[in-house]
Amino acid sequence: MALPQAKADTTEARLAGLTLPEGAGWGRAAREDALSRLTAMGLPGRRDEYWRFTDPSSLNAPEPAPAAVFEAHEAPIWDGVDRLKVIFVDGVFDAAASDPLEMTGLEIERLSDAMTRDIHWAKDLYGKLETRGQTPVERPFAALNTAFATDGLVIRATGRAERPVAIVYLHGSETSDAILHHLVKVEEGAELTLLETGPAAARFNEAMEVDVADGGTFHHVRTQGRDHERRAATHAFARLGTESVYKSFTLTVNGRLTRNEQVVEFTGDDAVAHVAGACVGDGRDLHHDDTVFVTHDALACESRQVFKKVLRNGATGVFQGKILVKQGAQKTDGYQISQSLLLDEDSQFLAKPELEIYADDVACSHGSTSGAIDRDSLFYLRSRGVPEAEATDLLTLSFLAEALAEIEDAALAEELQIRLGEWLARRR
Amino acid sequence: MLDIKGLKVKLEEEDKQILKGVDLAVGAGEVHAIMGPNGSGKSTLSYVLSGRDGYEVTEGSALLEGADILDMDPEERAAAGLFLAFQYPVEIPGVGNMTFLRTALNSQRKARGEDEVSSADFLKLIRAKAKDLKIDAEMLKRPVNVGFSGGEKKRNEILQMAILEPKLCILDETDSGLDVDAMKLVSDGVNALRSEGRSFVVITHYQRLLNHITPDVVHIMSDGRIVKSGGPELALEVEENGYADILAEVA
Repeated sequence: MALPQAKADTTEARLAGLTLPEGAGWGRAAREDALSRLTAMGLPGRRDEYWRFTDPSSLNAPEPAPAAVFEAHEAPIWDGVDRLKVIFVDGVFDAAASDPLEMTGLEIERLSDAMTRDIHWAKDLYGKLETRGQTPVERPFAALNTAFATDGLVIRATGRAERPVAIVYLHGSETSDAILHHLVKVEEGAELTLLETGPAAARFNEAMEVDVADGGTFHHVRTQGRDHERRAATHAFARLGTESVYKSFTLTVNGRLTRNEQVVEFTGDDAVAHVAGACVGDGRDLHHDDTVFVTHDALACESRQVFKKVLRNGATGVFQGKILVKQGAQKTDGYQISQSLLLDEDSQFLAKPELEIYADDVACSHGSTSGAIDRDSLFYLRSRGVPEAEATDLLTLSFLAEALAEIEDAALAEELQIRLGEWLARRR
Repeated sequence: MLDIKGLKVKLEEEDKQILKGVDLAVGAGEVHAIMGPNGSGKSTLSYVLSGRDGYEVTEGSALLEGADILDMDPEERAAAGLFLAFQYPVEIPGVGNMTFLRTALNSQRKARGEDEVSSADFLKLIRAKAKDLKIDAEMLKRPVNVGFSGGEKKRNEILQMAILEPKLCILDETDSGLDVDAMKLVSDGVNALRSEGRSFVVITHYQRLLNHITPDVVHIMSDGRIVKSGGPELALEVEENGYADILAEVA
């Protein structure tokens, strides 16, 4: 079916400025495949149902809008954590600033290196989960990513990784347009924690494909912010084997536009997936979108979506979350909650929670709320001498706590909690 | 200590007068009990004094050590030495009890121009006070009042009082929902805080709390006014005969 003219024009204009990265072999084939999928589906427009609440035009534009480089004036987050640090500057791997890519229980290399070898496990993953994730809903920016990603990491956990892998994104150029694609494979019974932090570029398109084998465990903790002007579209595609565990948490602060999509598919029984996010948005220019799609296609899996957004001064928050339970996926336990705390009447939260269930023996629930600061709680704190602004911050942290509680590692969670408190205080 | 004159209060959102001219003078070190039937305005008085919104003072004044508190924000009143022990303490998930207490104490100290208490000193202070109230380390770590029983919540209120060392404590039906043992613990906590420089206003329906916390003066409140005042024997009279007799007598 031919694309509508406007969509075809937008797609053509965007593609005009892109060239497929050099290389031959399976990488090239996967990229060409992704490009043909992208040209068939076209880039999204406001008329697409999946983009009804979020305007994709700044993501579609041939050039990124310039974004000032943000100076944080604070110690980078998780600096004290014992980790394998990998640095990308404007989406380019910085070998000199990164730790050596070596760790017990782990194989890690650059995507471009992996693609030079004819025989590589990455061949069976690159673009594969992304392709699966295009049904039933198209995700054009993920296809664009697979076609044009210029860099990324290829990580395979073969045992219990002794330290987390921490990707630190640095933003150096006001007009950087980064497209990164990471592959993660967690083998049977292996364990890996992946951390991501830092402003990546003026415009950032990230895709991650995560394949967790039977009994494997993957923890993902990410912070986005505090750069004000970035635009980011990220996708995580996860495929989960029997008795595997996938836990992902994202903290987003600031940013003009952030769209985080998570696509999780259970293919083995008794697996667990928790996907959570906390967002603090301030200002009319802020738009934050969490779009989640969880597919239960196995027995007795547990999925949990917990998303909380604090919005003020005209900020917009979006949540689109779906739980799809396929026929035969009995004993599914699905939960989804999305909540916003609106600190004023100018801010808005748009939520589209969905359940689609084709099995008859499941427990699924979902809820979505929007509310202001609880007056009784505020009075209680003030009556103890806590000034109104500080009391509001405490109640904001209190509101976000349920999402932060999804972080498995208490030390990582605590550092985020402290940082959040500091950032809120700075805004007063 | 506390000097209330001709206090008249209506609800902000509807034209309903709740307090119709309250006069009350509480001297330093004194314990005053306010009793009265449901709807007489006892809790409203405690809210108006502590600065909860939703009420409008139409007439009268309330001075704490000579300072007009009615124009102050709730946090300013707290820093000035006022403390309300809530009838229904609020649960605040995600905020640790310790963090809350330390934030409250240091906020008040900051407002008064005093140095903040260090983490180490605070820890020492809270451990000592918590022990007296049989509040264990686990309860201190938990989020504020979340999952606390009724008795634990009230003990937590008294712990806050002990840490913040206010000049005037208002106890709003602190005895509600307490069993005999919890009432004893809470009363002992309050009695330990009694001193020459600290006054109490104890609001209660029942005389039984006053067996544990002996008041200097007992007031009977009805229909937005204090209609009768007397010694502790007045509370016993209420216990024996109910409010009807007293109210008939003053009508």
